[in-house]
Amino acid sequence: MAAYIQRPSAYVVGVTQHQTISHLPAPFPAWFAAKGWQPRAHQLALLERAKDGESMLLIAPTGAGKTLAGFLPSLTDLTRRGDTRKPGSAFQGIHTLYISPLKALAVDIERNLMKPVSEMGLPVKVENRTGDTSASKRARQKTNPPDILLTTPEQVALLISDGQAERFFKDLKFVVLDELHSLVTSKRGHLLSLGLARLRTLSPDMQTIGLSATVAEPEELQRWLVGQTQGQTRHAGLITVDGGAKPEITILRTEERVPWAGHSATYAMPDVYKAIQANRTTLLFVNTRNQAERLFQELWTINDDNLPIALHHGSLDATQRRRVEAAMSENKLRAVVATSTLDLGIDWGDVDMVVHVGAPKGASRLAQRIGRSNHRMDEPSRAILVPANRFEVMECQAALDANYVGAQDTPPVGAGALDVLAQHVMGMACAAPFDPLLLYDEITSASPYAELPWETFERIIDFVATGGYALRTYDRYARIRKMEDGRWRVSNPYLAQQYRLNVGTIVEAPALNVRMVKRGAKGTLGRGGMTLGKVEEWFLEGLSSGDTFLFSGKVLRFEGIRENECLVTQAYNLDPKIPSYAGGKFPLSTYLADQVRTMLADPENWPALPDQVREWLSIQGDVSVLPSKDELLIETFPHGSRFFMVAYAFEGRLAHQTLGMLLTRRMERAGLKPLGFVATDYSLAIWTLEDLGEAFLTENPSLSELFDEDMLGDDLEAWLDESYLLKRTFRNCAVIAGLIDLRHPGKEKNGRQVTVSADLIYDVLRLHEPDHILLEATRNDAATGLLDIRRLGDMLARIKGHISHKPLTRVSPLAVPVMMEIGRERVAGEAQDVLLAEAADDLFNESMSSKSA
Amino acid sequence: MSGFTSGHATTTKAFLVNSIMNRLALAASAIPASDTHAARTVVHGVSVVCDPFGALYMPAHETLVVSDLHLEKGSAFARRGMMLPPYDTLATLRILEHVIARHNPRTVISLGDNFHDRRGAELMPEVFRAMIQALAKGREWVWINGNHDPDGAFGLPGTSLDTLHFGGLLFRHEPTLGARLGEVLGEVSGHLHPSATVRRREKSIRRACFATDGQRLVMPAFGVTTGGLDLKHRAMQGLFDHERLVAHLLGRDRVYSVRFGNLTA
Repeated sequence: MAAYIQRPSAYVVGVTQHQTISHLPAPFPAWFAAKGWQPRAHQLALLERAKDGESMLLIAPTGAGKTLAGFLPSLTDLTRRGDTRKPGSAFQGIHTLYISPLKALAVDIERNLMKPVSEMGLPVKVENRTGDTSASKRARQKTNPPDILLTTPEQVALLISDGQAERFFKDLKFVVLDELHSLVTSKRGHLLSLGLARLRTLSPDMQTIGLSATVAEPEELQRWLVGQTQGQTRHAGLITVDGGAKPEITILRTEERVPWAGHSATYAMPDVYKAIQANRTTLLFVNTRNQAERLFQELWTINDDNLPIALHHGSLDATQRRRVEAAMSENKLRAVVATSTLDLGIDWGDVDMVVHVGAPKGASRLAQRIGRSNHRMDEPSRAILVPANRFEVMECQAALDANYVGAQDTPPVGAGALDVLAQHVMGMACAAPFDPLLLYDEITSASPYAELPWETFERIIDFVATGGYALRTYDRYARIRKMEDGRWRVSNPYLAQQYRLNVGTIVEAPALNVRMVKRGAKGTLGRGGMTLGKVEEWFLEGLSSGDTFLFSGKVLRFEGIRENECLVTQAYNLDPKIPSYAGGKFPLSTYLADQVRTMLADPENWPALPDQVREWLSIQGDVSVLPSKDELLIETFPHGSRFFMVAYAFEGRLAHQTLGMLLTRRMERAGLKPLGFVATDYSLAIWTLEDLGEAFLTENPSLSELFDEDMLGDDLEAWLDESYLLKRTFRNCAVIAGLIDLRHPGKEKNGRQVTVSADLIYDVLRLHEPDHILLEATRNDAATGLLDIRRLGDMLARIKGHISHKPLTRVSPLAVPVMMEIGRERVAGEAQDVLLAEAADDLFNESMSSKSA
Repeated sequence: MSGFTSGHATTTKAFLVNSIMNRLALAASAIPASDTHAARTVVHGVSVVCDPFGALYMPAHETLVVSDLHLEKGSAFARRGMMLPPYDTLATLRILEHVIARHNPRTVISLGDNFHDRRGAELMPEVFRAMIQALAKGREWVWINGNHDPDGAFGLPGTSLDTLHFGGLLFRHEPTLGARLGEVLGEVSGHLHPSATVRRREKSIRRACFATDGQRLVMPAFGVTTGGLDLKHRAMQGLFDHERLVAHLLGRDRVYSVRFGNLTA
């Protein structure tokens, strides 16, 4: 059957404004005039098309007036409707739902939206609802809803699982989805897509308006925004606003030597500080919280002018973060060190410089972050990239080129996750008994779940009811039960309560509050004191009383754990252990990897690179070879008493790690006696006891055998089964799917007490029911998540027959960075850094000397 | 340190990397007693053998001791709405089958927390009940009551007791607390799920273990979904004479005996 495809009609901006501005109801034209503003063409165009009943996607750069565009349809509609809140009038459900990925953004938007509403005296009630909203306000919102509700995806899941959902949403006209590009790609997006499907059922005429930064595949978002039906692909309309001023981006040029490896960019601190001094307000972005803590510390050690420099990352206490945000919007700060918590469109006012420390890892991410330095689209954003090592110099250059040409590498939406689906099905049972056929139609109307087979859906229902086990001993304890009319209902109100406590897809590693206390005269620890934020439990488990660590910009002394809190005192130790957080390190995007490969392959592409990097590459060309664009270069060389192999795959750290695991298994079998491996974003090094160069030359084994795609078969399965990463993935799936509840009614505060070990459950399940749906969900996640198997598979296919082996007598210049990582794994502590640098120079001299030899 | 609770213990338990996969795999391949490296030791003058499966064998009395089976843990959670896999009972009983086949004891003592909760024995599916009946056939079976299952083993062969004096040793679920060192003589208990950590080449290895100072012995938990509590944990303080304390760690097919002083926290 030929699928009917309605082509998305791209809208050309350039409507005659006089035609449309007259369509605005009474107070609007006057308000625009009083402000001296003209409604922008895309704002009016969006309004027109929304008025015709179309759901819309608006793609526009920062500062283009996206928010107002998104709200104009509902504000004008509400104005025409007039005030309905008269005593004795019938219950009125909410009119517009605004969904943002961040609580802070929802709060920020309320401020921005209230301005036109109060200035025009519009009969519109606006409120927000997030996890921070008081219980009484949330209860009141249900009986007396506002017209516009500003909220987050988790709150949407809660609202639709409520028994009152039908009444609450019956009058819903618009759903505005802000920063849609970042909402859709994760499991959070999958849950939200199912929520939207339910909202369409509750209010069939509801329209969506998606607001997004530039993305690689707008069509994906257009499909996501509207209900799909079998055999048809439907799209929301698209309006694209081009351009804005071209950003001014530079890569930090420094007299200092750029290090071979590492991520701290310590060498560049004086230059970064100069940039802060020279600008009004600087945002400094890093990739991990660990780096944020270090950068903050480094800056304060050289902060001779005592400039107000603040720190902002997701582990810090909410009140602290709010304080930083407030100080920022009042322009009281000169710089903020931040992680992705500040990526999205919170309005910062006067940021005039963005410094990105470390490579941005993705071109789209860079564009997004740079956009922070400016909120007017006709002025250029300004940014400085600070590469932390030599490969990052190339990566920064590639990202910079990409940003200029407007390349996009946002990740795809992906097929809907099954653990998320299980959570949603339970939620729908909590709202009201459901008919499985109707629910299936509803779920498959959400684009991530459009291809969901009926059989899988049935297995999910069985999983939700009794865990879905072949051994049917739990039927008498079922969480949802089939009624005589074929519908399913939740079997106990307690379970609905439990569900609501555990809604959401963000599973955090168990973490403890960090509280600063004082020691009393007798050495006893005081009570009270400030909460600084949260630190993952596994990190604390490695600490003994008296150990110090860096957190929230302070060096803290670990005192002990009391109930669910980690107690610390102020410390003056200069050599702290530093919290390192699970996750938060982005892999190099496929697109940038491609760019780096291209750049590396041909000296024609090097002029933009600094001298020291060019020199490094040209020596590589002399003593070894430069990896060509479509080949996988493998170097082998002896070093110390070991034999090394370095593969320049450029597929990101996660894929390289997986590759390392699989290759060492094979090398073990081939008798090469592998001892270990280390992976960076760019390459993989493996060291062995046997001579690898010799082994590959005599094809014993040959490289093509070693790198054959079949490693993704049995070897992968065998390794996966034991993998710690897979266990972690399983835990996430089990929590999201509701197999393990983190919170129980009456014990809400003990969020960290998982009463059973997910690892043990995983082992038992794998042995007795390897085809269980939750293991299937786990493997699906592993393919794209922590293990990046999909990317590895693509690479193995690409390099088939294109592996080039370069046997060397000593380490090559290009191998130096990954060799440095090996040293790094063994050596710890500041004092050894000098030794490390020496070791690096030794390695480098060795590689250089081969040139003169 | 007053004011500090042992709230940390619950999670420490949960995070133990157990060696069940090894135990399950081994159980499937049925290794005879002679091929495994058990550890022999003496408790209060009585010779005992620490089996790598986590059971204690007393050759002179042909008696096998296991502790903290926590049978029906999965279904205990299922009754409260968490549908954990229902295979834990089966997996634990399989291992028990093998260890019984290996030693063919006259008497079996299960040292308490035999079931994860009070209703476990009563609600246990018939198929598992039959497995236990087959295991108990021709042997004497003693169920010591634990804190999870104080009411005895409902509808199963054998005798339920709070404590048992037998073969010169005292068997009870929870170790006697508050006694001074040297006052507890010849006590075998469970309850604490002891585990121990060894550090080699920057790698920590943590395993369930038998812990004994020659007078008192605390058994590892036998159930497959049980965690462990480190011997260095506060809750273990005051139980053992640390000078004489040895941890017998459960390895793949042997028991590794390590002095307390050589363990890491």
